[in-house]
Amino acid sequence: MHEVITLALMDYLKSEDFRITLYLVRKSPLTMLGMTLTISLILFAILAPYIAKQDPIEQDPSKRLLPPSPEHPFGTDQLGRDIFSRVIWGSRISLTIAVIVVAISFSTGTVLGIVAGYFGGKVDELLMRITDMFMAFPRLILAMAVAAALGPGIFNTVIAMAFVSWVYYARLSRASTLQVREEMFVEAARAIGASNLRILFKHILPVTISPVIVQATLDMGGAILTAAALGFLGLGVQPPTPEWGVMVSEGRRFITEQWWVSTFPGFAILLATLGFNLLGDGINDILNVRSRR
Amino acid sequence: MLLEIRDLKVIFHTIRGMVRAVNGVDLMLNQGEIIGLVGETGSGKTVTGLSILRLLDQNAEIIDGKIIFDGRDLLKLPMNEMLKIRGKEISMIFQEPKAALNPVIPVGDQVAESFMVHERITKSEAKKRVIEMFNRVELPDPERIYKSYPHELSGGMAQRVVISMALALRPKLLIADEPTSALDVTIQAQIMDLFKELVRQFKTSVIYITHDMALAAEISDKIAVMYAGRIVEVAKTEEIFEEPLHPYTRGLLRSIPDVKRRMKTLFSMPGEIPSMLNPPPGCLFHPRCPDKMEICERKVPILKKVDEHEVACFLYG
Repeated sequence: MHEVITLALMDYLKSEDFRITLYLVRKSPLTMLGMTLTISLILFAILAPYIAKQDPIEQDPSKRLLPPSPEHPFGTDQLGRDIFSRVIWGSRISLTIAVIVVAISFSTGTVLGIVAGYFGGKVDELLMRITDMFMAFPRLILAMAVAAALGPGIFNTVIAMAFVSWVYYARLSRASTLQVREEMFVEAARAIGASNLRILFKHILPVTISPVIVQATLDMGGAILTAAALGFLGLGVQPPTPEWGVMVSEGRRFITEQWWVSTFPGFAILLATLGFNLLGDGINDILNVRSRR
Repeated sequence: MLLEIRDLKVIFHTIRGMVRAVNGVDLMLNQGEIIGLVGETGSGKTVTGLSILRLLDQNAEIIDGKIIFDGRDLLKLPMNEMLKIRGKEISMIFQEPKAALNPVIPVGDQVAESFMVHERITKSEAKKRVIEMFNRVELPDPERIYKSYPHELSGGMAQRVVISMALALRPKLLIADEPTSALDVTIQAQIMDLFKELVRQFKTSVIYITHDMALAAEISDKIAVMYAGRIVEVAKTEEIFEEPLHPYTRGLLRSIPDVKRRMKTLFSMPGEIPSMLNPPPGCLFHPRCPDKMEICERKVPILKKVDEHEVACFLYG
């Protein structure tokens, strides 16, 4: 089995398709930047114990609010914790939340969207009215309300965020399904005796998926931002967990004298979000058939 | 008798009202027989074809009739039974080969799907049989074509793929809806030859839907001429060409250009096919008919046996 996969992968790496993809990525510096930022973020998250040697949670009252120095490159916070360690470890929290939230909302939203779009009628009507209800509120406000109702904590943050973001995937995939289901190849698939389930997942899903993938990548940035916002407001991840939003919030009191406490986690949020957004835009161009010609 | 369509009536519900697309079609087909279903755009030939597989759009409704295939009434069959018939016993070839193939799936996998849907078979076995099918439809380098995407194929190659998909499971009946009209003429001839040969080898019965009399003549044993949702004349191909009985059939044959005869202008039939939103009373062809009689405006003629033909016209008793 492994060999089969490896062989298929090798085949793909040698294929023209892959060369074009590579070419398109190389041609666009912004995509390269987005990709670099995203990959570094993932590497930081994975290698956190090796990069940040100091415990992100252990307090040391004798080292409170030290400015950046070779020993503490980003300084220390009000409890004497190393901010560099906390920012690096924070990437794990943010990335985990974002990945889980996007995975949940991507899968449920896409499945519901293509089912509604394909079958139409009452199922479609019902689902679309539900999404209307969700979309009547700004995403962050709704997430705040749900998070406040559920209570703080990582798990509840994930639930609250997934709960408000599946609707965007549902809308998007429904819209493209409406177009695709009228295509001749769907009728041709029906003519060979394919069941609705087979048509939905083997024929419609692969065609409708690319805008949804773009949305998911852009949403990763959005999710990191929302998680930070919830943490900042005290509705999300709780201290002492090194979460960027929480850290920015904690540093507010010292922002004039000890600027580094809020600034570095702030930059981390900025770069992570920017990275995913640039990457999402890049993927949009790459998946776009027109730019492949 | 492989297929027997009795008094098929199909309507479409549209914003402007009810369109009577098929208005009582009777058609019979023997095992191994090839019938050409000829008619103008909008005469209901495609709708008849789609009705057999029950592939009509949601706004269409079959209001009356029977489609008996191999002893079963297809219109009364539960959907899961119908799925087993589609592709395995009856299959269809569509007009635009490229549109009939999914743009994001390698074409080989799409042909393999026919096997996977109907048989318990592993993917590698299915692939072997697809390659075999590709050889039969004379696709060069089948291994490479297997992995190709539709946009990498020419129109003729794509149609060969579609034909291999339709014939993969050796269906008893094939509905071919203008399979060559999207191709250019030289390719058209090649595809027709291949198609003729394969259906003869596989002993597949074919309903060949086309608007081109000459093309229909080339392949069919029998020709059924459709006009405004009805069949107006059925006969053996030679009979139709030798002695067309229905005035519409005559008109159709006169409008085929003939290189042997010098003509200043090509004959064209006056008028156009009536709107099926509110069709004229009596025989639907009477507004254009050169031999119109008084009875034609009142009564609808039914198919009657006249010599070797079946024809729906009051000129013949």
